[in-house]
Amino acid sequence: MAEKRIIIVGGGLAGLMNAITACEQGAEVDLVSYQPVRRSHSVCAQGGINGAVNTKGEGDSPEFHFDDTIYGGDFLANQPMVRDMCYDAPKTIYLLDRMGVTFSRTAEGLLDFRRFGGTLFNRTAFAGATTGQQLIYALDEQVRRYEAEGMVRKFEHHSFQSLILDGQRNCRGIVLTDLRTMENEALLADAVSMCVGGNGAIYGQTTLSPVLCTGSAACRCYQQGVWYANGEFIQIHPTAIPGTDKCRLISESVRGEGGRVWVPRSKGDTRPGRDIPESDRWYFLEEKYPAYGNLVPRDIGSRELFDVCVNQGLGVGGGWKVYLDVTHIPEATLRAKLGGVMEIYEKFAGEDPYHNPMMVFPAMHYSMGGIYIGYGKETNHRDRLPANWTDYKHMTNVSGLFAGGESDYQYHGANRLGANSLLSCLWAGRVLGPEMVRYLDNSDLPELSGKVVDAAVKEQDEEYARVRAMTGSSNPHLLQREMQEHVAKYCSVVRYNSELKQLDAKLDELLDRWDDCTVADSSPHANQEIVFIRELRDQLLMAKVIVMGAIARDESRGAHYKPDFPERNDEQWLKTTVAEFDGDRLPQFSYEDVDISLIKPRLRSYVTASHGGQEAKDEK
Amino acid sequence: MAEQTVHLKIRRQDGPGKPWYWQQFKVPYTPGMNVITCLEEIRRNPVTAGGKPVAPVVWECACLEEVCGSCSMRINGTPQQACSALVENFKQPITLEPMDTFPIVRDLIVDRQVMFDNLIRVKAWVPIDGTHDLGPGPRQPSKQQTWMYVLSRCMTCGCCTDACPQVNDRQDFIGPAILSQVRLFNAHPTGAMHHHARLDEIMGPGGIVECGNAQNCVRVCPKQIPLTQSISELGRDTIAYGVRKFFTQPDVEM
Repeated sequence: MAEKRIIIVGGGLAGLMNAITACEQGAEVDLVSYQPVRRSHSVCAQGGINGAVNTKGEGDSPEFHFDDTIYGGDFLANQPMVRDMCYDAPKTIYLLDRMGVTFSRTAEGLLDFRRFGGTLFNRTAFAGATTGQQLIYALDEQVRRYEAEGMVRKFEHHSFQSLILDGQRNCRGIVLTDLRTMENEALLADAVSMCVGGNGAIYGQTTLSPVLCTGSAACRCYQQGVWYANGEFIQIHPTAIPGTDKCRLISESVRGEGGRVWVPRSKGDTRPGRDIPESDRWYFLEEKYPAYGNLVPRDIGSRELFDVCVNQGLGVGGGWKVYLDVTHIPEATLRAKLGGVMEIYEKFAGEDPYHNPMMVFPAMHYSMGGIYIGYGKETNHRDRLPANWTDYKHMTNVSGLFAGGESDYQYHGANRLGANSLLSCLWAGRVLGPEMVRYLDNSDLPELSGKVVDAAVKEQDEEYARVRAMTGSSNPHLLQREMQEHVAKYCSVVRYNSELKQLDAKLDELLDRWDDCTVADSSPHANQEIVFIRELRDQLLMAKVIVMGAIARDESRGAHYKPDFPERNDEQWLKTTVAEFDGDRLPQFSYEDVDISLIKPRLRSYVTASHGGQEAKDEK
Repeated sequence: MAEQTVHLKIRRQDGPGKPWYWQQFKVPYTPGMNVITCLEEIRRNPVTAGGKPVAPVVWECACLEEVCGSCSMRINGTPQQACSALVENFKQPITLEPMDTFPIVRDLIVDRQVMFDNLIRVKAWVPIDGTHDLGPGPRQPSKQQTWMYVLSRCMTCGCCTDACPQVNDRQDFIGPAILSQVRLFNAHPTGAMHHHARLDEIMGPGGIVECGNAQNCVRVCPKQIPLTQSISELGRDTIAYGVRKFFTQPDVEM
């Protein structure tokens, strides 16, 4: 029986919940994070968390939530675990309520719920428009309690570098870098989980933090043989404030509270938005999608905005912008329910959104794909997986290594519904703690050789020293910009194989030029340059997984849209893409059948609401 | 603003205990630029205004939209978030300094661990029984949620603590942010079960009595949290508690 100690890499919602449930099982936790866990990117989530609590008396149920999620994901998600998540969701929300999250409340003092994309029910609990912040603070506080009791050791200001694998490829720990002293050290534990978030830095034009959300940790695992799934499924959120350093998110909840998307009817109308009368406004989402209106799922929303601006040239002032209008909503309501988002628009766009329609455009937002994990079910890849793989939920193809949160791939299929991410992160955390402890209790692992540990640390020392000594001619920051410009342009809402192939060639060129990087900072203390350069290579390798996966998949499904293959092709493509690193720079792809045992795939069209949800509403 | 470049004056320091020094930079201006984008420009081309190549300035940031509290620094003398500091709102040369009420790590990075340690001192959490299903939490009036929500937005950014003249190397004042969190947790129906323990902590050394009422904190808080109101309410609570405690036998449950 292994020592009851686990390592969690990443201190966002998934990692923190993982820590709490592990401590409850009596495990000690080492928690690794770049920055104080309270500052993790989860803090940016705005709109809310889904759970079919049905306090609005609409007849909502976890079954409808499950159907909406599978349908929203264009049937690519393995169904049993999504069902479990949806059925557990009300309990998760109640738990966060008990932890003290300052959720918005109804007149009777109950949790309030609002509507979100891809559903007709009010099932999203929210804390103003800063829900992610309040959720992560509540979890941070609970973990601090365990820290005070000596159950949790935090390694903040540390960066994961590699997994320590023994001779049988069991995961036995990690190597990490102290970002102040720049020293590498080993942390040992027989169960490790990666809760390491998304990879917006690859796109640059993203609502994620391009500084923080590099996807580097997941990519290091991939480079050590951990499988990565559905990388090509990238969510582009329809409404973000365009910007050079970041595209700041304008939450879907703005539309949930009645915000309306429109453009001027006449091309190149130069009047300020507030002066354009109703008759001259084209509410194109409401017109085309009478049932869901402005709350169509994000892949559809982004495609429509893209088409209106890029193809039809009808964006605001002829540019790539549309109006998101809340000026018809009472200011008091906006302040109470959307205050945080209004603040962001005011501060960063420099305009008053209470009296002027906001200007937004799609931006990269989320990675549906992620580290490959199982859920106790069989797969056609069985012969290449460890013997115990079906025994533990959320375990990767490496025994003892788990993953969860945005960095896993399992819950959102080809497109994620809004407010389901906060849910899937917390759900993953709730599953991971007990599963990892059960793994420790049932595993008989060989003694770990000190030589293996030393070699792993030495490898990182050598790589660090090698990068530090680079004196080439490539400016790594400009290299990153070039990658971002190309990826955001050619691997976004609309994808063509010819362009993707050019993009792939570009990535190869950038990888070559990476070898020629120069290091502007050789300080041995708090050195950000060397970390940046190393993580840039990870971004390039992960970009190849995304782009080559997109090239291979000749169909359109959810967020992956190819005008040359505009239909969904279940016969050939109702499969999970599994990418395995070839050791040099290429992903090798194989495909796994999707578990569709609970809901039969049907045509996905949000023009009408012809599915479970509408039937329930019609019955009432 | 007609300027084509942004002129920055940055206080740098290579490490703890090393001497500090000024460096000046000029970066091209683009509309909507904030201090972080200026620092990113410097990182792309780390050459001083005088033409000397240097190591790029290091700083901390994460969310870039003023919800994480990472990028606190003094800009033209006032502690604030760098991501929301739009260049056009500041007099040039824009001066950047670390919040040196906290130990300096390097350049603009400081170590704010003391704030997290203080959150442990005051038991800044709700003591739940466990994650098992116990149904919803207690009902709370919407009006109460409204003001508690504001307090719950504290990012532990440290601006209030840096601005406070009572937080210095001569005394151990716990600072406004932590005090406001005490008020938040004492107001929550379950959190209130540690009500007395928190008050005991802030009635001790470095506690509420150290507040000198300078009111700098509420002026610099990026989330407009009513810190002075929190401190004033706690002042009243601690007096009432102190008096009751004085007249209660030590072995009697309060």
